[in-house]
Amino acid sequence: MEKKMISLTIDGVHVEVPEGTTILEAARKAHVHIPTLCFLKDVNEIGACRICVVDAGARALQAACVLEVAPGMVVRTNTPEVREARKTIIELILSNHDKKCLSCVRSQNCELQKISLDLGIENGDEFAGTMRIYSVDDLSVSLVRDNNKCINCRRCVATCNKNQGVGVIGAVNRGFNTSIESAWDQSLAQTACIGCGQCIVNCPVGALYEKDELQDVWTMIDDPDLHVVVQPAPSVRAALGECFGLPMGTNVTGKMVAAMRRLGFDKIFDTDFAADLTIMEEATELLDRIQSRGTLPMITSCSPGWVRFCETYYQDFIPNLSSCKSPHQMLGAITKSYYAEKASIPAEKIRVVSVMPCTAKKLETRSPGMDSTGYPDVDAVITTRELGKMIKSSGIDFVNLPDEEFDPILGLSTGAGTIFGATGGVMEAALRTAYETVLNKELEKLDFHVVRGIQGIKEATIALGDVELNVAVVNGTANAAKLLDAIRKGEKTYHFIEIMACPGGCVNGGGQPIVSAQDRLNLDPRIERAKALYKADDEMIYRKSHENPMIKKLYDEYLEKPNSHRAHHLLHRHYVKRPKYQNQN
Amino acid sequence: MATKDQEKYLELEKIIEEHKGLPGALMPAMQKTQELFGCVPLKAQQMLADGLNATLSEVYGIATFYSQFNLEPKGEYVISVCLGTACYVKGAQDILDRICEEIETMPGKTSADGRFTVEATRCIGACGLAPVMTINEEVHGRIMPDDVPSILAKYKK
Ligand code: SF4
Ligand code: SF4
Ligand code: SF4
Ligand code: FES
Repeated sequence: MEKKMISLTIDGVHVEVPEGTTILEAARKAHVHIPTLCFLKDVNEIGACRICVVDAGARALQAACVLEVAPGMVVRTNTPEVREARKTIIELILSNHDKKCLSCVRSQNCELQKISLDLGIENGDEFAGTMRIYSVDDLSVSLVRDNNKCINCRRCVATCNKNQGVGVIGAVNRGFNTSIESAWDQSLAQTACIGCGQCIVNCPVGALYEKDELQDVWTMIDDPDLHVVVQPAPSVRAALGECFGLPMGTNVTGKMVAAMRRLGFDKIFDTDFAADLTIMEEATELLDRIQSRGTLPMITSCSPGWVRFCETYYQDFIPNLSSCKSPHQMLGAITKSYYAEKASIPAEKIRVVSVMPCTAKKLETRSPGMDSTGYPDVDAVITTRELGKMIKSSGIDFVNLPDEEFDPILGLSTGAGTIFGATGGVMEAALRTAYETVLNKELEKLDFHVVRGIQGIKEATIALGDVELNVAVVNGTANAAKLLDAIRKGEKTYHFIEIMACPGGCVNGGGQPIVSAQDRLNLDPRIERAKALYKADDEMIYRKSHENPMIKKLYDEYLEKPNSHRAHHLLHRHYVKRPKYQNQN
Repeated sequence: MATKDQEKYLELEKIIEEHKGLPGALMPAMQKTQELFGCVPLKAQQMLADGLNATLSEVYGIATFYSQFNLEPKGEYVISVCLGTACYVKGAQDILDRICEEIETMPGKTSADGRFTVEATRCIGACGLAPVMTINEEVHGRIMPDDVPSILAKYKK
């Protein structure tokens, strides 16, 4: 049904918008910018911080982020009263805020800092008084919470509850003593936090950030005795450019490789290669489960936030998880075995650094069994943001770097590996390979459009010869919970499910460059970054994992065939049940 | 034979069962729990969360937001120090600090021997007697930090 159109004026500009639109969104049509802090579209629309107040003709100022348009409304956003109210709100926030912008991870990308500058706040000491001092919670291996910078906007709480279905943080106490914490004074590390980092990318300020591992990485690079290999995940190349002011959705693969070389890494391999390897193992596992009547549906295991969610909240689905390690763990294991042999470098001298769009990978790499060669598969995990920091601190002029290529031998990949970064990508890559393996004939149309796009749950039925494959693709662990509940009740049956913990998949992971709530209204990182990956796939020579010549070589020379004994040893894993409470890493 | 605590947890299971599926069940279930235990302890909060489709964070958030709930049982004597403006300017904070020091606990908490709970409260309307504190029903006014030990001594016996 068409929505009724409502006309109103905002700062004298006439606009017409559909019924139900908020003043905040209507104002954008009039090219009027209204500042926001607690507002996060569809997730946290609670009208709590009041920074967005406008004069809409009522007796008191009203919050534009929750106020809906009405016919003939006259809205003014730039009256002395509005300006004064906004200033007071910021002054009050700053009076209980650790204002150390110089050393803050979010400086220059902070919603509070921006508003303070825009409004011309002078020193933020207008209401100086008692400040609450919090100890910084840095016990989790994924993320740090520094409540001294928290403005109690609750965006993280809403994200953790609604998108992730986890809910390990919430508002505690009341009034001036309110703070956002885990229950019972626990560190996040003691809760069943899945480490996804979605709270980080939805925080307007510097109160949440990843646990930084850069010092460890620099120490490895600076040690001449070590051979340091780096591998970036598919999504990193679709977002790293944003750290350097490039438009969202710019693919910076070549510059990223060049920058990594200049940082001093000895070899630049590609997690995309390992994504192809994952597909070989996973597609084989799937076909085997179908043929031998094993546990179905099989569910993907490359998203460690999802894996932890399953191990904690949906333990009855552990047998459904694919036994495949995630791609970067596979690449680490292959680097310290096959590559070590080939290059005649002892595995103990090799260090593997993974650059991931993800904070849960920091947790994953420390899980039991992630050391199949006797050495850790991966020695450090840094996020896209941390790589950006490394490049900046090294004075590398990223934007003007020439494009360079990954190193042989573990740097060659296919389009199938590349699209792993977007929700639906793993499914599509697996289908390409499963189809050709089962039917032994070439797939005419490689694109499986039904599994693409950012919808929370997608379903499709794909014919593989006479087998009808029921598949589902899920992003966001809260959506995973919905689907698994339906399966438990017997309402749904599938053969194969792809689950990624983050909304939109890895492209929108908790380790990716942070996009403000307002910029997200213009451009959706889930869509823009995914476009970059699908475009890259489209332009690749090889678009199916099993056609990757280096993958073929790896099996011929070393692994023999997918799911072989050696492949199992190096590339597969097991899972553990984790308690919901008192969950120590 | 079940201990007293085990009996209470069995009782709590019944409370949760009765509230399951009802809209807005969490608050009333928490009130019953408070009556049962004299507080809403950690294990009870976890059971409430699991049974009533909430998260521990939500339960804990409610328990710390409303003053009708406690996280641990109250002591035999509840000491409330008024931190309203009149008392505050006459040094109520020092009184509070001194009490905590004497019985080795923190505001909002109960002493290790379970006898005293210390609380900071808002204005109790006895500003003429500032600074004021109450111990259970008894009011003590115009006190100095050094009066604290002798006042407490009466209750310690
Ligand atoms: S959170 Fe923002 S305003 Fe606060 S210190 Fe960091 S950059 Fe500055
Ligand atoms: S990392 Fe994920 S699970 Fe943990 S608190 Fe943040 S949003 Fe919640
Ligand atoms: S941590 Fe960030 S997102 Fe969460 S309440 Fe504080 S400021 Fe808001
Ligand atoms: S109240 Fe509108 S942004 Fe916070």
